Amino acid sequence: MPRRGRPPIEGDMLQGTLDVLVLKTLTLGPAHGHTIAHAIEHRSEDVLQVEHGSLYPALHRLEDRGWIASFWGTSENNRRARYYRLTPAGRKQLETQTNRWDQIVRAVNRVLRPATE
Amino acid sequence: MRLTRFFRRARWDEERARELESYLAEEIADNLARGLPLDAARTAAYRKLGNPTRIREEIYTMNSFGFLETLWQDVRYGARLLRRNPTFAIVAILTLALGTGANTAIFQLVNAVRLRTLPVPAPEQLVDVRVVKAPNGRTGTFNGRWPMLSYPLYLRIRDQQQTFSGLTAWGSMYFDLAAGGEQRPAQGLWVSGNFFDVLGVRPAAGRLLAPADDVKGCRGVAVLGHAFWQREYGGDPSISGRRVLLDGHPFDVLGVTSRDFYGVDVGHRFDVAVPICAEPIIVGERSGLDRPDTWFLGGIGRLKPGITLEQAHAQLAGMSPAILAETVSPRYAAADAKDYREMVIGARAAGSGISDLRRTYGDSLNVLLGVTGVVLLIACANLANLMFARAAARGREVAVRLAIGASRRRVIGQLLAESLLIATIGTAAGIAAAQWFSRFLVSFLSSDANPLFVDLALDSRVFGFAAGVAITACVVFGLAPALRATRTSLGVALKAGGRGSTTGRERFGVRRALVVLQVALSLVLVVGALLFARTLRNLTTLDPGFRDDGVLTAEIDFRKVNVPEAARSAFNQRLIDALRTVPGVRGVAQAFTTPIGGSFWNNRLVIGGAVQPRSTNFNAVGPGYFEALGIGLVSGRDFNDRDTTRSTRVAIVSEAAARAFFAGRNPIGQSFEVEGESGQPQPAFQIVGVVADTKYSDLREPFEPLVYLAAGQDEHPAPYLRVVVRTDADMAATTAAATRAILAVHAAMAIKYQDVRTQLARSLTRERLMATLSGFFGGLALLIATIGLYGLMSYMVARRRMEIGVRMALGADASSVVRMIVREAGGLLLAGLVVGGGLSIYAGRAATSFLYGLQAGDPATLALAMTTLAAVTLLASWIPAMRAARVAPTTALREE
Repeated sequence: MPRRGRPPIEGDMLQGTLDVLVLKTLTLGPAHGHTIAHAIEHRSEDVLQVEHGSLYPALHRLEDRGWIASFWGTSENNRRARYYRLTPAGRKQLETQTNRWDQIVRAVNRVLRPATE
Repeated sequence: MRLTRFFRRARWDEERARELESYLAEEIADNLARGLPLDAARTAAYRKLGNPTRIREEIYTMNSFGFLETLWQDVRYGARLLRRNPTFAIVAILTLALGTGANTAIFQLVNAVRLRTLPVPAPEQLVDVRVVKAPNGRTGTFNGRWPMLSYPLYLRIRDQQQTFSGLTAWGSMYFDLAAGGEQRPAQGLWVSGNFFDVLGVRPAAGRLLAPADDVKGCRGVAVLGHAFWQREYGGDPSISGRRVLLDGHPFDVLGVTSRDFYGVDVGHRFDVAVPICAEPIIVGERSGLDRPDTWFLGGIGRLKPGITLEQAHAQLAGMSPAILAETVSPRYAAADAKDYREMVIGARAAGSGISDLRRTYGDSLNVLLGVTGVVLLIACANLANLMFARAAARGREVAVRLAIGASRRRVIGQLLAESLLIATIGTAAGIAAAQWFSRFLVSFLSSDANPLFVDLALDSRVFGFAAGVAITACVVFGLAPALRATRTSLGVALKAGGRGSTTGRERFGVRRALVVLQVALSLVLVVGALLFARTLRNLTTLDPGFRDDGVLTAEIDFRKVNVPEAARSAFNQRLIDALRTVPGVRGVAQAFTTPIGGSFWNNRLVIGGAVQPRSTNFNAVGPGYFEALGIGLVSGRDFNDRDTTRSTRVAIVSEAAARAFFAGRNPIGQSFEVEGESGQPQPAFQIVGVVADTKYSDLREPFEPLVYLAAGQDEHPAPYLRVVVRTDADMAATTAAATRAILAVHAAMAIKYQDVRTQLARSLTRERLMATLSGFFGGLALLIATIGLYGLMSYMVARRRMEIGVRMALGADASSVVRMIVREAGGLLLAGLVVGGGLSIYAGRAATSFLYGLQAGDPATLALAMTTLAAVTLLASWIPAMRAARVAPTTALREE
């Protein structure tokens, strides 16, 4: 995962990937950073090792664009934690991003495994 | 990014910190639950998250405008540094304020006098129409500040030109506002009826002149200037219809011009404008309207769209032979007529107005701009030196910053921010000081008799200039030290830690060069100051050939008394007799002009039938003139009351004239004629006396031949009288009593007084300006350079404490230490003097036209300047040298 360096660049695939994963995770309901990080790891069956720190700039960026909103709440362990939830704009964005992702995957697959028959 | 986030980013950062803490708490709890011991749980959590500070920083920068943020940080950092070193800050800002202030002030004058366009629509279309070439000069009567055309010439050009949408004429003169007695002058303009239309000036009240107001034999009407209207009439809105008294004649006021219009000649603001057709009302029988040999007008044309200045010029030049041939004055002798027909009329750009100031002071302003530029350069060199010292003192800090990963660019930015701050504050202070200084300069050049009006309002050009100066200065004094400071090898800097013994001579290389430069440039300015001061002294102490103390001139205008021509000589005598009764008055004599009095009269002599090739200066004086002015009678006699129109024409010549025209022979008894108006009988003058030489119109000129005619033999006396009055009493008391005595003869007279000594002083205004300002700037440069050398020597002594301590421990005595330090300073001084000496001679050549009675490379001046500079700078190095000699070896060595 890219960590160092510059703020997001539109079209940067990996950067965008983290964003879409965060949005997807939040469709299940509001969650705080720690939960989101672990959720992504679990659901990708530990293939996607998110460096958890990089999540926070991403969360900040998504909130800045109005795709997610945040509030302070209490975690399952009774600690104060900052929760994030998906906004309607974020839901629409997730759809767009998912479609785009599918297109890319299909395109890449066509190149890697051309139809043989 | 939302702006609110930018302003609340500190609070945001706090929230992020808490959020990250909460993550760590959750992760540690999870790890503990998986059975890890506390330490391992914590470490694993941190490893999982990454560096929390780094994350916060990333989010923080997302909330800010990177470049501005950095700049703002740097500026605040710079401000903190300056606050912590107030002495440095004050010295630096003051030095720079003086440098930029002087430059801005002079530039403001240059801008106002030369660059700014007239406040009228489309000024670039305006051209100055005038005689551009007169190979053998022009003959006739010249009045006003821009006597380029006569009225007959103007009318013909106006009617025949095809390149202007309008051609207008203007002339300047002084009107007397008083109803009688001592004069109250107002700046007047003669203008043709289309003047305001052609220029595009709008009225602020009433209406302006129309062509119908300017017809031959018109009644007196007037248009007032805005400032005059405010001053004299309190801005009365119903001004039209009121009357203004000009030279005792009532003129109906038509209206007032707009606020920003001051006329067309830069440096003067008109009070009252009257149509040219009213000239005979004021001037009377000597009106110039029909005389092609009375030069009192300038022409202003507005180019038709699409016509260039060159096309207009070509057309005017093409039609000038015909126009000139038509307008030859009947009073011209054959030679004058030939010269007249050889003149060329043409056009010059006039978008920025017309000004005799440019001719008089243009070169002076250039020289002064150069001088102030050099002062600024010296100031910058000084600042650069200070900055080098500070950068060196901060060498360790800079090295630490670089070592822990600051980029070089960032560190340079920080160092430059401090310079930028100094430059900004210094320039702001400089601009403020310039306002005061430029006004002082204008008042210096202005006088009661010739008040100057220069619009010094700040405009974008002045601000642009000041900003350019500041930025250049900032880069010059800030960038080099910053570059140098960040180039040091880290290891050396960290180890040396700013406490090193002797950091090597070459490290002072640039700073030494800067001091040498300062000394050299200061020498140039000091030499310049001395040259100008000695020029002024030469001119004020030279013998002008006459006494100027206790002498005044009085001009008595009795046109309103209506004395017939035949009775004027007797009337003049009554006035002179009246003045002789004034207490304290020792002598009164009539004179056409006085030396350096501003009026000229020259003509060619005819001796033994041969016309002399060069014109000779003339004066017409009454009995007692030579005695009143202390001009010695060498031989023969003075004029007396028996020299009248009925006796033989007599003349007195100066010694220079006697030498030039009658070499070796006794001039007394010889006779000559004056080349007269063509066709007129030429009277012969018999020389009855020889007097000592006097200057005529300019102190800088050598004694030239001068011929005096007897005022009492004038066939056509004017309705005014000029006299010289020698008095023992105080000037103010004399003029008051003289006015009473004159008004007792007749009440309807206007009188104007001039102190001859003031007149003389005023003729040297330019020299006084150059001497005063170059003296001031030379002193300033000397001061700054001295501070520079003192600073460098003190710094070097401080850095070499240990070395000096070792030397003294090894047996060097105090005097040898002092010698060592002073020798250092002497070396720098010598290098500076050598470089500066060469520069001075070179710069002096450029200023040769400003010098009188000495040469640019005058060795005595150069020697004096060098001695002064050497004395001052060696004194400045003596103090640090003494400090070095007091170094106690044990203390110095223990410090290391």
